[in-house]
Amino acid sequence: MKTVIDEYIRKAMFPNMWCPGCGNGIVLGAIIRAIDDLGWDKDEIVAVSGIGCSSRITGYVDFCSMNTTHGRALPFATGIKMANPDLKVIVVMGDGDCSAIGGNHFIHAARRNIDLTAIIINNMIYGMTGGQYSPLTPTGKFGSTAPYGNIDQSFDLAELAIAAGASYVARGTVYNPRQSTSLIKKALDKKGFSVVEIISDCPVSYGKMNKMKSPVDMLKWIKDITVSKKAWDGLSPDEKRGKYAIGEFLSKDRPDYTELYEEIIKKAQESGGNK
Amino acid sequence: MNNLKKGKNIKLLQGNEACAEGALLAGVRFFAGYPITPSSEIAENMARELPKIGGKFIQMEDEIASMAAVIGASIAGLKSLTATSGPGMCLKQENLGFAIINEIPCVVVNAQRGGPSTGLPTKPSQGDMMQARWGTHGDHPIIALAPSTVHEILTLTIKAFNFSEKYRTPVILLLDEVIAHMREKVEIPALEDIEVINRKKPTVPPEEYLPFKPDEDGVPPMANFGEGYRYHITGLIHNYKGLPTSNSQEIDAFIRRLYNKIQKNAKDIIMNEKYFLDDAKIALIAYGSVARAAERTVKLAREEGLKVGLLKLLTIWPFCFEEVNKLAQQVDLIIVPEMNLGQMVLEIERAAQGKCRVVPYNRVDGELINPIEILGKIREEIKK
Ligand SMILES: Cc1ncc(C[n+]2csc(CCOP(=O)(O)OP(=O)(O)O)c2C)c(N)n1
Ligand code: SF4
Ligand SMILES: [Mg+2]
Repeated sequence: MKTVIDEYIRKAMFPNMWCPGCGNGIVLGAIIRAIDDLGWDKDEIVAVSGIGCSSRITGYVDFCSMNTTHGRALPFATGIKMANPDLKVIVVMGDGDCSAIGGNHFIHAARRNIDLTAIIINNMIYGMTGGQYSPLTPTGKFGSTAPYGNIDQSFDLAELAIAAGASYVARGTVYNPRQSTSLIKKALDKKGFSVVEIISDCPVSYGKMNKMKSPVDMLKWIKDITVSKKAWDGLSPDEKRGKYAIGEFLSKDRPDYTELYEEIIKKAQESGGNK
Repeated sequence: MNNLKKGKNIKLLQGNEACAEGALLAGVRFFAGYPITPSSEIAENMARELPKIGGKFIQMEDEIASMAAVIGASIAGLKSLTATSGPGMCLKQENLGFAIINEIPCVVVNAQRGGPSTGLPTKPSQGDMMQARWGTHGDHPIIALAPSTVHEILTLTIKAFNFSEKYRTPVILLLDEVIAHMREKVEIPALEDIEVINRKKPTVPPEEYLPFKPDEDGVPPMANFGEGYRYHITGLIHNYKGLPTSNSQEIDAFIRRLYNKIQKNAKDIIMNEKYFLDDAKIALIAYGSVARAAERTVKLAREEGLKVGLLKLLTIWPFCFEEVNKLAQQVDLIIVPEMNLGQMVLEIERAAQGKCRVVPYNRVDGELINPIEILGKIREEIKK
């Protein structure tokens, strides 16, 4: 039986490179279903990613796609979108990719409010390189470079995106793919810089080092540490510790960068070419 | 060196302005950059001129992002330019490699200043010649051009775009602080008088398109994103389809093809100029602003009856190995003045294969090399 997924994947790339039980496949499914719901034409979509297990997603989708350099997906995507604003540009990043090496690009893409959709697969670890801690590893958790526990405070990517100027910000999980699909769909549909963080599982690295050996353990843990946005607002600071709100945090309208640049073009052309 | 004709469109331009002018003539439609002396005027000119013709300018958060944006814009179909200097050139290296491995046309200007590090921001240098060749990691080809006059900045910027489009490769334009900031008369060619090359497009329907399968010239046709050809681009070594490969035969063929794409077309890419070399017994080999001084040295030396000539390099990489080899058989001595501790002289020695003496003359104090000191070096060497 042919599924929606078959319509959108590059079969030559399968079987995929992910470990059994990895959350990346669930996110891939959510992205594809969201695009299918929107009825977008495959020829007008560009998928851009950085480097990491999660970033391999772009190799599996039958769009124009680009697996760029570590952390730099957003500036590549910015060039594509500026050059051809008609293209629908989706950017997939890992937590390390987006928030460590790519952190500066992330806040500047949000500041410009350029019309891109950023999907961050947050498995709270550097999966591809073997489980080193990332800026999104929770304090106290273990990584291969945090054998005594992580002392760093982690970012709240959603708050960071809101503060930096994004138009749409949401968080979902691989435990609830249906909700994630709907959040991604809204983000794709939104003009301006949209951010969806998906909390995901890396049983092989994160799970193994944090006493959750099976993917099922990890999904249960993800369920336990997340609360709906509505419930979150009623929690005390103590109750919030170690937990993540999920749902939609922000959806606002602000002119996107490519629209603003069209205004620049008008101005430059009206001034008749003198300065 | 300037053969300016009367009645033409003559402008007094700064080197960086001439670069912007050349880029516009070549069809540039996108610029991404980050401010740095002595290159910033290129960005300022682009910010002003590009929107007038429907092009786009963006100031990115750093040079890494600028290089990435330039590559993205080129893949989406626009001729793209970025400009920087040493510290920024260092930051561009990783994504420069990405452009090379994915054969994305773009032009990168490096207005050289003294280094290493912050070095000498407002003083000239030729310290980045080897960085241009080997700055990004791995075996790779590169094209680098080095103008020595403001007029040449304009013409070589056009050439840089043409080579980048023809060979699907980034091209580095090496300026130095002197020629980037000096003003000279430039003849602006009429659009119909210049050759503008655009990337070749696939002639097959999307189902049959293999984005990295080369034609006979070693260059694969390039479909821009958004034109109905859906394909993958990756910094991993890839097969004809653009998908990652671990097949050793495919890997070997890919790396060699990438390298040979430039090397086998070196004759088309290599440009240089000869002054008084026909009967020369002593040759100067110079490039960039030092070539200006060397040309003057030739005149002064000839007045003294010394048989001195100049080979001025316009193309730095690929290197004109055969030309230098022939020259080494003709002359007794080659002197290589450079504003570095001896970079191109290494390549020249290699090409000379011991057939004549090769002597460096170097300055790294931030001052331009002048004709008299080169003449002094000639006098000193002929006594030996
Ligand atoms: C410039 C650079 N530095 C380091 C690496 C090595 N590297 C590859 S993937 C990765 C981490 C990926 O982690 P994340 O972004 O969280 O993705 P995940 O694998 O967890 O999905 C690192 C550090 C690289 N490829 N490039
Ligand atoms: S290492 Fe972790 S993130 Fe990478 S594929 Fe395996 S489970 Fe997924
Ligand atoms: Mg990760």
